Amino acid sequence: MTAVWRRAALLAPSLGWIAAFLVLPLCLMAYVSTLARGPMGGVDWNHHTADAYVQFLFERDLMDRLVVNTDYLRIFGRSFALAGGTTVLTLLIGFPTAIWMAFQPPSRRLLLVFIITVPFWTNILVRNYAWILLLRTGGLIDTLLRASGLSNEPFSILYTPLATGIGLTYSFLPYMVLPIYVSLEKIDRRLVEAAFDLGASRWAAFRRVILPLAMPGVMGGAILVFVPGLGAFISPELLGGAKSMMIGSLIQQQFGQSRNWPFGAALAFVLFALVLLALGAHQLRYRREAR
Amino acid sequence: MFVRLAALAALALPLLMPQPARAQAKELLLFNWSNYTSPALLKRFEAETGIKVTLDTYDTNEGMLAKLQAGGAGYDIVVPTGPTLKGMIRDGLVQKIDTTSLPNGKNIRAPFDNPDFDPGRAYSAPYMWGTTGIAYDPAPLNGGKLTDSWKEILEPRPEYAGKLAMLADMGEVYYAAAFYLGFDGCTDKAEEGQKILDLLTKQKPQVKLYSASGTIDRMASGETLMHHMWNGSYHRAQVKKPGLLYIYPREGVNLWGDNFAVAKGAPHLESAKAFINFMLDPKNAAEASNYTGYNNAVTGSDQYLNDSLRNDPAVNMPADMVSRLRPTRECSRASLDLREKIWTRLQR
Repeated sequence: MTAVWRRAALLAPSLGWIAAFLVLPLCLMAYVSTLARGPMGGVDWNHHTADAYVQFLFERDLMDRLVVNTDYLRIFGRSFALAGGTTVLTLLIGFPTAIWMAFQPPSRRLLLVFIITVPFWTNILVRNYAWILLLRTGGLIDTLLRASGLSNEPFSILYTPLATGIGLTYSFLPYMVLPIYVSLEKIDRRLVEAAFDLGASRWAAFRRVILPLAMPGVMGGAILVFVPGLGAFISPELLGGAKSMMIGSLIQQQFGQSRNWPFGAALAFVLFALVLLALGAHQLRYRREAR
Repeated sequence: MFVRLAALAALALPLLMPQPARAQAKELLLFNWSNYTSPALLKRFEAETGIKVTLDTYDTNEGMLAKLQAGGAGYDIVVPTGPTLKGMIRDGLVQKIDTTSLPNGKNIRAPFDNPDFDPGRAYSAPYMWGTTGIAYDPAPLNGGKLTDSWKEILEPRPEYAGKLAMLADMGEVYYAAAFYLGFDGCTDKAEEGQKILDLLTKQKPQVKLYSASGTIDRMASGETLMHHMWNGSYHRAQVKKPGLLYIYPREGVNLWGDNFAVAKGAPHLESAKAFINFMLDPKNAAEASNYTGYNNAVTGSDQYLNDSLRNDPAVNMPADMVSRLRPTRECSRASLDLREKIWTRLQR
């Protein structure tokens, strides 16, 4: 009996924390999304309606008929594409980096991990502003290109989707490198040696030994990059020039300029459900493969 | 064990002591637009009154409203634009302070002493006022000048295409397009909305970016050659880069004014009143103008204004421009919804 109590007592703080700061806010968000909007923002706590969810897919035309409205779907699609692209790019850069790090002498690895975490010391907003200074016309890269005579054209990739991509890849790279590095670091080196002893080429050893063992790290990194990438709006707004909306800015707009809290909550909830579904599907497949 | 308990008790003691029945703490939480408060002036206020000011900033009226409505922010003073203030008074988000009863209350210049959004200034005091027009660098025109029309930015010449920026403020963008097309700034007609959307969609490929912050640096550094801009920001950009020009488009110019108001349940009401009174002093108002680059509404402040400000027609508006002004009004729900739909579709 005491063991049970002790376990309950030990679990209580973390469970309480999750309930108070994760489950409760989520429930509140779901609840707000079913309410009518208040006249000056806020919500009308006494009126329930599915308006917010209808608005996601439909709008009223001049004859007051419901017609399909793809605006929000497009914005969701763009965000998913951008988050996916960022995941692929960070993987392409991060995977070789992580392998290289994992096969360094142990004493140096610690230093390398430390270096990877250095950008976290500065706020993400500040780091994005730094990219503006680098990328803008008359900025550092522009000045260097012209001084070196490599280009006479003004260098202008700031406020383009390319600049957004650079900013996002830069911001999320550590989240990809670190999990992969951790999973590679644990690999028993003798397994790789055994592969060579059994006649595997370097490529075969990589593909059939290292890669499968690194997969948990890759999946972890992909989730860590993809999911926050969906909500990213600092880079698109600062580096992309706010010309195309992202889910993050759309939701923020509902709570700000548009003063439509129920719709903002509904958008956040739809995003949450989509992510949960994707992760659930992945988990299911992963478990089946493991079996 | 005992030592540790004693130490803990000692730490907790101040918390348990009864709070003395004293006046409110000498503090003030000011929530103002970004880049809109002179740090030197705040320092002087602190030195003269002993009230410690904490400044927090926002970029849009709606952002400020959202934070206030969410509650718990504990701000004393907010600085809403006229129509926003009207809604806040109606919804009880601000409290009555009878500004004219303050020692410096008599300094408010007509017509700012009796605006329609706060008759008799029962709830607020004027801060800065200004216009939203077009700033541009005439360099690419080889000595020429642009006409005084919204056309120059909404349907730009090749010299400026791809080198211009719009304010990321759906209201301002909507007004500009509506005025150019000859519509009411608060239009809620679907056909007119469609024309506004068509115009803005056609303009979008020529727009380098939409942003309401960093406008001054962008124009001063030459990153953009044309900017949908607030006149005070233009003034400050023009100080950094002489030669920039400002247009009051003939089709109509948004005239706005920001106002100090005290949030309902403000923790430091007396400090807030002291601050508002301080800001209505002619010398202080002028110092605020000299910093922000916008005109104020305080009688007698002119003599303290910088020459550059007094001589800038973008700030010290020529009399013949008055007819172009369109004071910001509170638009209907239907108009706001239409505006928002257009903004979302423009950026989908």
